[in-house]
Amino acid sequence: MQPPAEHVHWMFATGFLLLALFLLAEAVVGPEVWRRRPWRAYLWPSFVFLMGVLMWPVMTFFTNSTLHLVAHGAWAQVMMLAGAAELGLLRGKLHSALWRLAMPFAFLVSGIAFLVHEQNPWLFQRSAFLHHVLGWTFVLGALFPLLRALRPRWELANVGLALVFMVVAVALYSDRDLAPVFGHLSPLAGEPHR
Amino acid sequence: MSSTATQTVATRAGSAVTTRRMRLVSLIGPLTALAGVVWAIVQPERVTLLHPHGETFWWLVIEPPLLVMLAGALFHLLVARGLLDDLEEEV
Repeated sequence: MQPPAEHVHWMFATGFLLLALFLLAEAVVGPEVWRRRPWRAYLWPSFVFLMGVLMWPVMTFFTNSTLHLVAHGAWAQVMMLAGAAELGLLRGKLHSALWRLAMPFAFLVSGIAFLVHEQNPWLFQRSAFLHHVLGWTFVLGALFPLLRALRPRWELANVGLALVFMVVAVALYSDRDLAPVFGHLSPLAGEPHR
Repeated sequence: MSSTATQTVATRAGSAVTTRRMRLVSLIGPLTALAGVVWAIVQPERVTLLHPHGETFWWLVIEPPLLVMLAGALFHLLVARGLLDDLEEEV
């Protein structure tokens, strides 16, 4: 009953898509209206934390090399850290504004983990291409959570953060176990399953 | 301009902004679900549920176009509706 690896990517893509929708809605209505119902204020930070928790079983059951395992472990940890920091700030348990830097830190670590654990060039096969795309999306996209940390009410930073999550969702939805990318598939990658 | 007139103009401007926000929020979920529908039309082979050939649960149900539709629907039903109620109180 264990899902194929592709489906795990697609389920995480759905998580990132929902995150993007929550953040976009918050940017549209503003923090006052968004936080009028207490559960809504905690919605996306707890979602980030939950996705970090769910990354642990992915690390345990779906990784087949040390580098892969370390990358998934890093994503699990930084997602939990970023979600927990946002929750702590919201709840008033954390007071220092520096905790807001947990999210851009998570982006940077995630991006570097993507780029370091992909050993093949961009057009080796689709997953290699997507790893490079996701890595650079997180590294460059870290600018938006950083701006949000510096100016929490700046709409551009909040919308930008939502759009980065949307790009991540699209990239994860495009993932296949083994497939060509723009007509390129290295013979070293093996035969596509479908 | 008297202070009452200034307040009226400010109230109208505020209502217009809230109405625009309501429109945007009410569109997010349906547009997301529509993106899933368009994807299913462009790549019908992704929706194996409509033409099953002995696939297992994961290959039948957990397909990206269906997940995108589900995300849009869930957002609209569980989040957007409440937000719209809260925004309506502001008008």
